[in-house]
Formats: sequence, structure tokens, C-alpha cells
Amino acid sequence: MSQNGHKVIGTRPIRHDGVDKVTGRAIYGADIQLTGLLHGTVKRSPHPHARIKNIDTSRAEAHPGVRAVVTAHDLPQIADKLADLGEAIVNLRDASNNVLAYGKVLYKGHAVAGVAAINLHVAQEAVELIDVEYEVLPHVTGVLEAMEDGAPILHEDMKTTSMGEETDKVSNIANHFQHKMGEPDDGFAEADVVIEREFTTQTVHQGYIETHNATALWNEEGQLTIWTSTQGAFSVRDQMAEILQMPVSKVKIVPLEIGGGFGGKISVYLDPVAALLSKKTGHPVKMTMTRDEVFEGTGPTPGSYLKVKMGATSDGRLTAATAYMAYEAGAYPGSPVGAGAGCIFTPYDIPNVQIDGYDVCVNKPKTNAYRAPGATNAAYATETVVDEISEKLGVDPLEFRVKNGAKEGTRRADGPVHPRIGCIETTEAALNSEHYRSSLAKSANGKVRGRGVASGYWFNFNGGRSAISVSINPDGTINMLEGSTDIGGSRASIAMQLAETIGLEATDIKPYVVDTDSIGYTDVTGGSRTTFGTGYAAHATGQALIREMKERASKLWDVPADAIDFEDGVFSYRDDAEKRGSFKEMASQAGDAGGPVVAQVSTNPDGSGGGAFATHVVDVEVDRETGKVDILRYTAVQDAGTAIHPSYVEGQMQGGVVQGIGWGLNEEYIYNDDGSMTNASFLDYRMPTTLDLPMIETIIVEVPNESHPYGVRGVGEVPIVPPPAALANAIYDATGVRLRDLPMSPPRVQKALAENGG
Amino acid sequence: MHAFDYATPESVADAVVMLSDHGKNACVLAGGTDLIVQLRENRRRTDLVVDVKKIAELNALSYDAATGLTIGAAVPCYRIYGDAEIAAAYPGLMDAARLVGGTGIQGRASLGGNLCNASPAGDTIPPMIVLSGEAEIAGPNGTRKVAVEDFCTAPGRTVLEDGEFLVSLHFPAPLANSGAFYRRFIPRNEMDIAVVGVGASVVLSGDRSSFVSARIAVGAVAPTPLFVREAGEALAGQPVSDETIRRAADLARDAARPISDMRGTAEYRKHLTSVLTRRVVEGAVQRAKE
Repeated sequence: MSQNGHKVIGTRPIRHDGVDKVTGRAIYGADIQLTGLLHGTVKRSPHPHARIKNIDTSRAEAHPGVRAVVTAHDLPQIADKLADLGEAIVNLRDASNNVLAYGKVLYKGHAVAGVAAINLHVAQEAVELIDVEYEVLPHVTGVLEAMEDGAPILHEDMKTTSMGEETDKVSNIANHFQHKMGEPDDGFAEADVVIEREFTTQTVHQGYIETHNATALWNEEGQLTIWTSTQGAFSVRDQMAEILQMPVSKVKIVPLEIGGGFGGKISVYLDPVAALLSKKTGHPVKMTMTRDEVFEGTGPTPGSYLKVKMGATSDGRLTAATAYMAYEAGAYPGSPVGAGAGCIFTPYDIPNVQIDGYDVCVNKPKTNAYRAPGATNAAYATETVVDEISEKLGVDPLEFRVKNGAKEGTRRADGPVHPRIGCIETTEAALNSEHYRSSLAKSANGKVRGRGVASGYWFNFNGGRSAISVSINPDGTINMLEGSTDIGGSRASIAMQLAETIGLEATDIKPYVVDTDSIGYTDVTGGSRTTFGTGYAAHATGQALIREMKERASKLWDVPADAIDFEDGVFSYRDDAEKRGSFKEMASQAGDAGGPVVAQVSTNPDGSGGGAFATHVVDVEVDRETGKVDILRYTAVQDAGTAIHPSYVEGQMQGGVVQGIGWGLNEEYIYNDDGSMTNASFLDYRMPTTLDLPMIETIIVEVPNESHPYGVRGVGEVPIVPPPAALANAIYDATGVRLRDLPMSPPRVQKALAENGG
Repeated sequence: MHAFDYATPESVADAVVMLSDHGKNACVLAGGTDLIVQLRENRRRTDLVVDVKKIAELNALSYDAATGLTIGAAVPCYRIYGDAEIAAAYPGLMDAARLVGGTGIQGRASLGGNLCNASPAGDTIPPMIVLSGEAEIAGPNGTRKVAVEDFCTAPGRTVLEDGEFLVSLHFPAPLANSGAFYRRFIPRNEMDIAVVGVGASVVLSGDRSSFVSARIAVGAVAPTPLFVREAGEALAGQPVSDETIRRAADLARDAARPISDMRGTAEYRKHLTSVLTRRVVEGAVQRAKE
């Protein structure tokens, strides 16, 4: 038995989908084979910004083996309409134009046409035979340049919305918003130390191993089926229905195993193209992206410019903070600057705050969600400034964070007031960790060493819609159907919550992720909502099963149902100790008293997703001559609320840290002057390899979320938030030089050290 | 990828005939770790792929302490560092042979292929240059020999004429009190192409206090791997000291004429050339003393 009286929660059973995944039997999108299958590929723009004058597909269509070619003219034209995809709100007209460019191409790699052929080689040859006539336009890829008057304009009809009102100004700034609390000027006047710094970050990609894929079959009845890798089958269904202007009842999405998403597999890219090609040919059409298509044609997370100012009194109390945040949206509005603004100062209790956010279009792929979208950029700025203030005040940076930490009742600058959170508990756990208390030699092997810390926050979306459908087998095991795709072990974490509720083992539950015709609407696996929200539904399902079992027992025992108790996994009649049975024992008889036992539950909880806080500690070693930073030791501390399956919580923490390290040290889209990405491969887009990392140590803090029956908080996203700032602070500790531009790659570090005598 | 024919000649003469018949429309396949990728990504187009792995001379691997080392052009890296005697005699070459790709790639990739691919950043080329490697070439007019430092002429281009191909590489036996070393700089610890790579070989005096001779070559800082003759000559006859090594490193830096790209700026590459040359010469000296 684990702690808190739980039998299943807090244990570490082997995951239900594990064997098929490690033996290669799990079915991914690229594994799909159908009779008469055609293979499709995409023609993409070589220019970052150009008007499409004409597309001539005749040579491609005449090429032997080619079955169909489609362009934006095959898509219905859609009016502006906003849709909530779960982690981002998109305009469906923009989404349609992003799938196949209409009128203009807005970034290199923008899809222009699709081809279906008898095999992939023929399709690739045919792509070269599509003649697109472009009028090349000036382009802009940097966020500050794009905001300037006179910058090339991406959308001639887009007027800036400022503070909620549309202005007359046509610019690349889609939106400017402001959150204000208290009087920052007064707060800075009270402060004894005020630090104001500027920061830049570059475009980075989620880098999931499995590339995007979609296989579509549009049958003779007009029924469309899509097999795909997605974080949200229902989200894909709704996008398809809107983009193709067809009823949702005509679209079925079959979600396959997913080789990583991190927010990047919510929007559709290939799915509508494959559908159109299938409609034209009458055959199923399969499309799979190459890695360079993923980099150039899907949604990375934005580059950004931030200016952060914070003030504190000499006794170590934060008095005011302001932030100017400009995020690249990419080709269409919708950067995660809003989310970033909700997170930027949230680990702190600051009375006077002003945050100005700008959503700016640039000639790069439309950005998309990436693990705590917007928050990592923000924390890089805030956490570096907090480090500098702590140093100026001569106080330990973690003690400073504890003293100013947010707690229950603290108000966020964007409005909400915190429920019970574990911000301070997490920071204290870091402060008391063996790692933080250990000593670190300042130099070794001709290299210098340093330690850094940083904190971070992510909202965790509150629940959302989830559905679960269960049927009980006569042996008392349960088949559990769910609509939440499993990207991080959620089959296990949801099955465990059902097992806990009804007194079974995790292995007694057989979880299945099913298609959109087989389960009720379920929101995306994103926003760290699934173990919370679908787990909430699993608990409710367990409660429904207990009620149903009591009814069955009432019939079997001929006693009143309300006189039957369920405790420690056993049903019993209060007045006769002989009348008792475990869930499994009752299951074997229940069918005789009313047919098979089934239950269906859907939920959309009102409460909070919990809010996740993390504090990280890192030791680095810097080669001053080359600028290379090696990580010696890394510890991540995080409030998980209640860790359902601690191994998967640790895995999420470690994975987030590793992605954050990549973002901090080497990852970036590198652009040529002609607006093309020069490093669209894993060779030169440098994610960390195993040889670049120590074992990431984890400390799980558990401050239960009061809005969830088992206290769950989402855990997947916040661990990516602190790493770049923690690394910057560690590099400063080692070298005496502060880096305020990401990535802190060897050339940047070497240059900064050379210029600043570090 | 476009369709092509595939041939497996079993003699040097047959291969020469096939290559001569097709001229520029044929290409040679050894391990294929570069070629297959280039064909698949349409960076290269060919009508005929001539697989030379069935030719005996291309698979030869022999070492003699008196006459030196001969490596057939298709011998994969793992066979080279897997031979204990060869690995002990040429540690500077092993530094690079163990670096190419990863373990799987090293089961196929060859030094000959790395040289013929003629990447400015090819990891095995600087150490082959500093070890005074010589390439034996077969062609319609018989065989000829070219020093490795003269083999590459531009990115992806070599001295090979139509109908010619590389048969083998030869390295003289190591001298007493000599040592060689290769190291590259990459931003990560794996999975990267050299930002700068430096190879050095040194011969020390009997008391190991001074340099008798030295050769230094640098990769990824010019259109071809660069033999910096003057940097090595500056060490000849000089005492082994931080000062003399720094001077050689500065000469290597001055000879570098890198470009700026996604792997590093020109300025950074020049700086790294100096840093790495110093470290690599120190490494070679250490090996000479061992």
C-alpha cells in the first residue's frame, strides 16, 4: 500500500501499452496499409513571402503514375471564425490557408499543392512538375523588425487590436493587451534595488520523433475516415469538418499511437490534403512528412523579445514588476504570448504589476503550442532578473523566492486568485535538497563551474471535457474506452484512478484509446489536463460502477440497495455479514441480475487544474575558450499534487528538463538573409543527446489539488519552464557574465565571455 | 530519388571500364553512408552505381612495422580500429575512425569514402594528411599516386578524373618519438559535424625536449581540408613549450579562411582553430612521450 491510504495510486505498475511499444508492435500512422493505397506528398513554397500568380498542375497531372493534384482551389473558402483547439485559439480561415496557401505564401515551406500517386517516388517527381508562378515580396522574420513602421506586411487586411479594441492601423501586430495590478510606478519608488533587462529567444521546435502523418479514405457515401497521429482526435474531427465544410457526423478520426506531440500535434496539416486527394481519386491516400517538412511546415514555438523590470526593498521584498513581451506568431496571429503573460511573474507575490503583450506576425511557420507554451520565454527573463536582484541584495536566491513566493489567495496579474498551491513548498524542497546543500568546486580540468537555480509556473488547464465508457467482464476485469490519446502514460494514470476507486489492481483495467465514433467528445491531450480531467472522469466512472453494483447486489441478495456498503473494495450488506463480496466476486454474478454491467460517464469539472510550480537546480562546467557548457548535475523539484504513477511523473519532469536544456543551450531555427531555415534537420538543429546529459534527478512534492478527488495536478508542462534561466544563472555563477539571449550556444557564450572579460 | 542501375565489378579493371563508359553519370559506392543519403535527397543524380566492395584490393588491410599501413578504399572503420596492432601504431587515425557517424555507421563507412566525399569537414582527412597519407588511384591510364593533402580540390570535388577511382590509402610506418592526435569541436558531444577539426603529428627529439618535425591540418575552415605546412614547419627544431605551440596555433588560425554558416561564424571558427591546434599539438606531444 502506498501513502495516503491508497492501494494503487502512488505505485508503479508496468504500463498497459508498454509491451507493444518496446517490441515494435504498436501501430503508428506510418504502419497503416489499406487496399488500393495511394501515396501523397506536398509541394511547398521556396519563398518566405510571395504572391501566388498562377499554379499550373498540368505537367504533374500528366506524369505517369500520378492520380490527383490538389491546391487551395479545391478547399471551400471559409469566413473568419475562431475555434478553440484546447491549447490555442485559431481562426479557421487562417487554418485553411495554412493547410494550402491561398493568394499568398507566408513562409518558406508553406504548402501550395498536394499530389497523390502510385508510390512516393512518383509523387515526389510530380511535385517538381507543378509550376508555381510567384511574385516575390519583401519578408520579415524578426519580431522587433516586424513591429516597425514600414515593415513588410503579411496580412494587408489585418488591423491591430489594442487593449480589446480594433484600431485603424494595418500592421503585423495582431494584438496588444495589458494586465495591470496596483501602481508599478509607486512600487518601483519604494524599491531599493531595481533591475531592468532585455532578452531574446529564438524559434524552437518540439522535435517529436514521429513526423506528422495522415491516411484518409473518403468513401462513396461521403464518409471520411482519417487515421492519424494526434493529441486530440475530436479536435481533428472538428477542424476537418470546418475546413472541408462538412458535418462532423461525416468525419471519423482514428487516433493511432503517437510518437510525441508536446503541443505540436493538435493543428491539422496533412489531414485535409489527404482527404481532398482521396475524394478526387476514390482511393485511400497516405501522407507522411519528412523531418525537414516538420521543421519548415508545422508549428514551432516562437522567438520573442522581452523587457522585464523588477524592484525590491533592501529587506528582500518584491514591490513592483513590469514586462514588455513581444512574441512571434508566425504567419498567422496566435502566438502564446497570452499564456506567457499569465505565467511570467506568477511564482511571486508582487503587489504592483504591469504586463504588455504583443502578438506579431512574421514570415515563419505559424507557431503552435509547445509544452507550457509561452512560459519558458517568460521565465528566462524573470528568473534571470530575480537572480540578479538576489545577488544585489546579498540573499540566497531560493530564500528570496520563498520569501516572495505566491500562495493561496495571491492574485495573478491577469486576474485569477490562486487556490491551494505548492509554490513555496516546492522552493523549500529545492532549498533543502542534497544537491543544493552540496558544495561545488569553482574550477576543474581548466574549466570553470557554477550553480544556478530558477523557478517556473504553468496553469494546468482546468479539466475540460472527457468521456469514459466501461464494460465489466465476468472475471471482474474492466475494458475501459477513452477519448484521450496517450502521449505520456495516461492510459496507466487514468486506469489507476479507476482501479483505486473500485478496489481493483491497475492490471485489472484494460484501457483503450478509441475513435471519435466510439466514445463521447473528449478534449485534447494538452494543457496538462488529461490525468486531471480524464482521471476525474475515471473516478466518476468508478462511482457509477459502485452504484450499479449495489443495485445488482440488491437484486442478488434481495436486500435494499441503500443498505449495501462499499469499503476497501468489498460490497457488504449491513445486517448480514454473510452477504459480502469483492468487486470481482460480484462481477461474476452481476450479469445474472440485469445483463452485462456497463457504464458511461462524461465530465467537465469546474475546479482548478491545480497550477504547477517547479524549481530547478543545475551545476555547469564552462570551457571559457570554446564557450561550451556541460551539465554536471541537474535536479528538478515539482509539485505534482498527487503523483498517480511516480515513474511517469518523474519521466515527465526529466523530459521537460531535457527539452528546456536544448532550448537553453543549442536549439534554434537559424535563418539565412533570404528567409529560409538553414538547419532543418536533427544534425544541425541540435537537441541534446544522451551524451550531453547527466541523469536528471527529481524530487516530487505533493500538495494535493483540492479540485480533484485524488489531488491530481497536471505535471507534463512546467518542467520545461525553468531550465534556460537556471542554466543562464549557473553560467553567470561560473563565469561572471550574464547571458540574456537564447540559445546560449558555444559561439554566443565564447563571444560574451571575450567581450566581458568573463 | 531517381532510378539507377547497379553494378558489382570484381576487379579493378572491370570497374575502370564501367566507370569510363559512363563518365560523369556513374558514381562509386563503398559504404554508402554519404552516397545513399545524397541520392535519396536528390542532392546527387546518377545513372549507374558501381559498388566496389567486391574488389579484393579495395578490402585489403595490412600493416608492417617497416613499410607501413595500407587500407583498401572500402575497408570500414570498425575493421581498422578493431585491429589492435594498427590501432596501437596509429592512434591519431583512430581518433577520427572512431568519430565518424556512430557505431552502426562505422560498420560501413570507410576512410576512402570519407576522402572521396571531399567534405571540408570530413573528420578522417586531417589525420590522414598529417600522417603523410598517399592515395592510390586506378583509371583508364593505369594507376597513379596523389598525396592526401592534394586530393580534395573543392567541396565535394577531388582530383579523380572520369573513369578513375580510389583503390587504397598508404601511410608510412610511425617513427620513434612520434605522436599524432585529432580532435574536432562540436556543440554537442555526439551527432554533429565538425565546426573545426584539427589533426597534428609530431616527431620529437630523443630527449623529447624539442620538435624534430610536425605536420598540422585543419578541417571545416576552408573549401577543402587544409594542410597548414607553415604551422608544422614553425615547430621544427623548436623546444616543446607553450610559446612555440601557441605560435604554431596562431599560424594555423591565420591560414584558416572559414565561412559563416549554421555551424559557426567565421570569426568563431578562426578562434577555435587556434584553441584546438594548441590542444591537439599538446595531445600529439603527450602521445609521442608515451
